[in-house]
Amino acid sequence: MLIVSVYLLTPLAAMLDFSTKIGRGKRGLYAWKAIFQQPDLISSIGVSLELAILVVLAVLLVVVPTVVWVHLKLPKLRRPLELICLLPLAFPAIVLVVGVSHTYNWISIHLSESPLTLTAIYLVLTLPYSYRSVAAALNSVDVHTLSEAARTLGASTGRVLFGIVMPTIRAGVMSAAVISIALVLGEYTIASLLNFQTMQVEINLVGQQDASIAVAVSLAALIFVFVLLVIIPTSTKRTKVLEPIES
Amino acid sequence: MSESRESSVAVNLIGLAKSFGPVTALAGLSIDVAAGELVALLGPSGCGKTTALRALAGLQDLDRGQILVNGRDVTNLNTNKRDMGMVFQAYSLFPHMTALENVEYGLRMRAHRTPAAQRRSRSSELLDLVGLASHANHFPHQMSGGQQQRIALARALAISPTVLLLDEPLSALDAKVRTQLRDEIRRIQLEVGTTTLFVTHDQEEALGVADRVGVMKMGVLEQIASPSELYERPRTAFVAEFVGLTNQLPGTVRDGMIELMGTKVPTLPGSIGSGAGIALVRPESILVEPSESGNARVITASFLGAIARVHLQTKDGASIIAQIPSSDAAEIGAGRNVTISLMSQPVFAKPA
Repeated sequence: MLIVSVYLLTPLAAMLDFSTKIGRGKRGLYAWKAIFQQPDLISSIGVSLELAILVVLAVLLVVVPTVVWVHLKLPKLRRPLELICLLPLAFPAIVLVVGVSHTYNWISIHLSESPLTLTAIYLVLTLPYSYRSVAAALNSVDVHTLSEAARTLGASTGRVLFGIVMPTIRAGVMSAAVISIALVLGEYTIASLLNFQTMQVEINLVGQQDASIAVAVSLAALIFVFVLLVIIPTSTKRTKVLEPIES
Repeated sequence: MSESRESSVAVNLIGLAKSFGPVTALAGLSIDVAAGELVALLGPSGCGKTTALRALAGLQDLDRGQILVNGRDVTNLNTNKRDMGMVFQAYSLFPHMTALENVEYGLRMRAHRTPAAQRRSRSSELLDLVGLASHANHFPHQMSGGQQQRIALARALAISPTVLLLDEPLSALDAKVRTQLRDEIRRIQLEVGTTTLFVTHDQEEALGVADRVGVMKMGVLEQIASPSELYERPRTAFVAEFVGLTNQLPGTVRDGMIELMGTKVPTLPGSIGSGAGIALVRPESILVEPSESGNARVITASFLGAIARVHLQTKDGASIIAQIPSSDAAEIGAGRNVTISLMSQPVFAKPA
């Protein structure tokens, strides 16, 4: 545990150290303040956050319902779905880019030039992780029996899904969302090769002029994701406690 | 409790058939369950008993057949419209709800909303009935398996179900809790008077709680009768062998009697009419007396509390199990010679 923390925290400490140095042993928040004087950087951070939100929405509205539905109603499709969802892991980002660049060319000409179109390819990228966390949650409880129990008690399909299944696999859904956010905020290769200005691409650009700012932004992004990882799961833990009843 | 036997309903399963690919789970199963009755469905795994129960709950569609509840055809009715309470083999409490919320869940799902206060009091009443009022605010993971199944029973009963369905609710529990909860299920069922179908592969469980026990084999009913009749007067060799222990003794059948070890014993209806047969004899119908010049030798004798079970080998090599009162077992140790004879209880004789 200690070794792992040292291993993980040392680079972060070094980043903090580096980003607060202003030469000759002096320290200051110059680099951190400079973040806000880089309009391109600010707008790219905005783009990345918007992308993260869109991808999370897509995971919640498309991936999660699909995985749940297949798990409960179409168990024969479970293996093929797993295979498809894990497939993106097998391809390096560069291969993916070569594959989709034509599509993105077409999209930018005919539909939109907005970097938000990256949502589609990012959704594919996050599939292995979001699929795994939802599937793991589904496998850890007997969702099948739970939903049958709910049905015998009079629940409609919708109420089974939202009242029973979703709360039961909430932890898995949450981690799917968080991992997706982390992945989108950290992605560089695809955005850069497709010429979109996301945060990581811009960090790289800024880094070529002033490394301290780039490191400061990177550290800020890391801390942001880390806070999400810690806050989201704990804040959604159930706190409601019923009053004791008199009988 | 608001229910009584008068408000309970009869259930008729008529010619239920269901195949899963090449496997036939139900092959024209028909059972009539009287209002307020507890019928146990007993059989080896794969005999279709769970499929029958699930079909009644609407969790399993059928190839053929009709299900009547209180005379009304519910064959094509959705599960959530059937008003049946079900307790599953696997623990099925909703993990994110407390015991009380679990029990309340069915009432919250009703179309005609029960006022919250009424729901709460009904749920507490049921927690009381299963003896877990003090656990109202516990989550499932804070309770033992036996407690979880009790809450599941309370949850199933909370909606005042037309029929209570129990799908091997005790098989995940350890032996002691199992007997306890089994007796409790019967007490509660008699108290609320709900017509109940209880599926199990454990004969002791079935004989212990049910008004009638239906023995199933390969998708059909072999025999349905009271526990004592099933045990004493099995109608088929399968029932005789599946329910209780039996010895297989060869003999000759003539005029409704079979001659076994020098004793003539009446045969049960359904037995073969004449010729060489094999009688299925209960261990307690075999009398054992110590005697040096006896016709059998004791292999082992095991003490089981009030009774003792004795494994014997006859002179001609057949092995026989006898059950005798423990008080008589003292002088019957392993290696002793004994004389065995038969009580003149009717037995089932199958073809040799």
